[in-house]
Amino acid sequence: MKDFQGTSGLILNEPLLWEKGKPGRHGFSFPRQDIEINELNENLTGEGPDFPDLSEVDVVRHYTRLSQWNFGVDTGMYPLGSCTMKYNPKTNEEQASLPGFAKAHPLLPSSLSQGVLKLMFDLKSFLSEITGMAAVTLQPAAGAHGEFTGMLLIRAFHKSKGMKRTKIIIPDTAHGTNPASASLCGFRSIPLKSNKDGILSPKAVSEIMDEETAGIMVTNPNTLGLFEDNIREIADIVHKKGGLVYCDGANMNAVMGIIDMSAIGIDVLHLNLHKTFSTPHGGGGPGSGPVCVGKHLEPFLPIPRVVKTNGKYRLSEDFPDSIGKIHAFYGNVGVMIRAYSYILSMGPDNLKKASQLAVLNANYIKEKLKKIFHLAYDKPCMHECVFSDKFQKNNKITTLDMAKRLMDYGFHPPTIYFPMVVNGAMMIEPTETESKEDIDFFIEALAAIADEAQNNPDRVRNAPQKCKVRRLDETAAARRPCL
Amino acid sequence: MRYLPHTEEDIAEMLRVVGVDSLDDLFSSIPKNCCCRMRLNLPEAISEWELNSHMIDLAGNMGAFPEYKTYLGAGSYEHFIPASVSYLLGRSEFATAYTPYQPEMSQGTLQAIYEYQTLVTRLLGMEVANASLYDGASALAEALLMSIRITRRKKVAISRCVHPNYRQVVRTYLGPAEVEVIELPYLENGHTDIKKLDEIEDLAGVAVQSPNFFGSIEDLQTISEMTHKQGALFITAFTEPMAYGVLKNPGTLGADIVCGEGQSFGIPQSFGGPGLGMFACKMKYVRNMPGRLVGKTKDADGKNGFVLTLATREQHIRRGKATSNICSNNSLCALAAAMYMASVGSTGLKYLSRLNHDKSEYLKKKLVNAGFAISFGSPTFNEFVAEFPKGFENRYQELLEKKIVAGYPIAADYPELPNHYLFCVTETKSREMIDTLVKEIQR
Repeated sequence: MKDFQGTSGLILNEPLLWEKGKPGRHGFSFPRQDIEINELNENLTGEGPDFPDLSEVDVVRHYTRLSQWNFGVDTGMYPLGSCTMKYNPKTNEEQASLPGFAKAHPLLPSSLSQGVLKLMFDLKSFLSEITGMAAVTLQPAAGAHGEFTGMLLIRAFHKSKGMKRTKIIIPDTAHGTNPASASLCGFRSIPLKSNKDGILSPKAVSEIMDEETAGIMVTNPNTLGLFEDNIREIADIVHKKGGLVYCDGANMNAVMGIIDMSAIGIDVLHLNLHKTFSTPHGGGGPGSGPVCVGKHLEPFLPIPRVVKTNGKYRLSEDFPDSIGKIHAFYGNVGVMIRAYSYILSMGPDNLKKASQLAVLNANYIKEKLKKIFHLAYDKPCMHECVFSDKFQKNNKITTLDMAKRLMDYGFHPPTIYFPMVVNGAMMIEPTETESKEDIDFFIEALAAIADEAQNNPDRVRNAPQKCKVRRLDETAAARRPCL
Repeated sequence: MRYLPHTEEDIAEMLRVVGVDSLDDLFSSIPKNCCCRMRLNLPEAISEWELNSHMIDLAGNMGAFPEYKTYLGAGSYEHFIPASVSYLLGRSEFATAYTPYQPEMSQGTLQAIYEYQTLVTRLLGMEVANASLYDGASALAEALLMSIRITRRKKVAISRCVHPNYRQVVRTYLGPAEVEVIELPYLENGHTDIKKLDEIEDLAGVAVQSPNFFGSIEDLQTISEMTHKQGALFITAFTEPMAYGVLKNPGTLGADIVCGEGQSFGIPQSFGGPGLGMFACKMKYVRNMPGRLVGKTKDADGKNGFVLTLATREQHIRRGKATSNICSNNSLCALAAAMYMASVGSTGLKYLSRLNHDKSEYLKKKLVNAGFAISFGSPTFNEFVAEFPKGFENRYQELLEKKIVAGYPIAADYPELPNHYLFCVTETKSREMIDTLVKEIQR
């Protein structure tokens, strides 16, 4: 008889840092004062910050205890939709911490940075091959940063043709960063409703596409886990009126080795290395959001770019039409090293297999749960599927309640209340690194919760019971912020 | 493949449940004109052991400490990172967790970031700090955009002593907003020349960096007064937070927004990224601040807990009207910085900070004694600019072969300063190393 993962355990309390320590303690080994003291002018100096003084033991215990209140991919299944919480390979960590990389200053002469420059150059060619796009920039530090870069590229393209276009079409299923990135670039978002099948229809696009529209931002597969079947026709409609097609590549994990983005009409897309390419999420970053473009957008890519001449690599700023810089240096190189290691470890066949298995896992969950939970779109899905709380609402149990109860069973909840086109959405993305047993366990847990919703609703409403804290009052935190 | 747990039996059973015959069939609903590709043209998969060899090869082709002695600063700093910090960051409950949107199972990240925010406010003398931005450059761009939102004006002034790359990033970000960016020149002593400020009307914000790109400590008090006289917001930036272990912090000198690069605090240089965008402001501006914020609250039992808060500023709620588009930031780097600040403590940071300054002054003195000129007369922290005779590039190349990187030539960004080199000395350089550097330069 198997027990559910979620159980109770010894979770230790730990105060805030400044509630610990004693003046004079330290957790650092101080380098010698082997040169003369040189006092600064006293009108320049201050008291220094009021930090607590802690011993090394204090610091290690503090953070060890804090870590034990967290749940990561290494703890258990983390099926957040569109986040691709796949396993983070440990060998990648080893590679990124090699001193030659970790201790490299970004302004080293190129003769002393050939190793990392080659890595970046090769990574660009790998991503170019995987997406089918002509050129790549690695500079954006996250997906949203990549979206902003993409918007800047589109703006530069139109400017170069003497056109001033002010609008971007954004589907209702788009991630919040899409319209935010468009706004940051001075574009006005024109909303586009998906059709009853959960995808975009060409007719709706042609009704709003005009010569003042810079382009459209699609996500493919979209945030409902569905492939945008009409993408080619939509791309044609946008291109015919001189617009460009941006693709949010957050869901790339469904289509590696299967779809060629440039062939389906995409002009520019970003990738999330911390999603598709296995780099750790870090509790909120750092990520990396490379942008891949067609040849027509290549001249506008950010500088500097890694170029190769006669077998030697260097950073070049010799691109007069570039949009400039969006990062102080070259992007999150530490993250790139991990993604590069991942791609080399997987190879072409396993990357494709990863996408196939991700899609298999999601469809399996969909089939197993569709009688228990209301399935938003009863058709084949890609790497994620979306349910709603429609059935459970009869017992006044919501998606939020069920998500919180899932924690007690030892799983991280799926994404909830997104995309907004589905009321009470639960977006489940298992990824390919979850085994069949863990997925079966997850399905059993959700089925048990659906049963509780009917026969023991208070248990669900009072969840979570087994975490370090019970349900937190997020409203009060916003009304009376205590920062 | 060890990251793909499915056996052939698993796959067969799952395909049966889904109702298709093969993995390829899972994609049969995709229109034919969109599907499918030929085999990806990528290197064949290699084993963990082959990967290790390959990467050791690549990493071996780099000029890094301890083999190389680099005296480079300019936005990326070599500092000692305690083994305890690297070790704690490896705890996968921190590293492999997602953004703490489900706070009940993310209290570790949330309390740690709440602590980070507080430590940053104490470091910079400000009232509230966010959970991080990407780096110092994008943080500065966001600060200027914030000043524009608050004042509703369309002009900003930025000192030419702000890091050249930061100024480039600012121009890229502010381009679409059609904001006028006015550059303030510098004086002979290495400080920003603020005379122009008197003449400019309708300024949204004034941004300076301290210590600035030349290493000089700016007169923030005076610039603050002039900026506020114009009704603009005073924004200070930094690339080296170590300075605030000993220098007066920008908050006490009148800054409205402080932003900069936190890489010096426990984060490996890693060829320029990931870094850490530190960002803090006055409480009255908090609802206009970009980035995530962790706040304290209570749970159903009345116990203390932490949550992400004031999310109505952010993209997942406000979408097109958000204060920024930022989603994933540099959380793990913020965690590293918090661990570092906790490890050095108040007493420790003061000591380290002064040591950095002492080491840098030692090099300065030795260069002067060797007959070289220091370009700017104003006090510096751990970086300064020195001038070398024409033709020094050859000596510089020879020094590279001796595994010494003797400063950063700034002529590319400041053409009026040829043969000027920016030197940085941190606690990582011993007296012997500095002596060797000067000896080799003189030869």
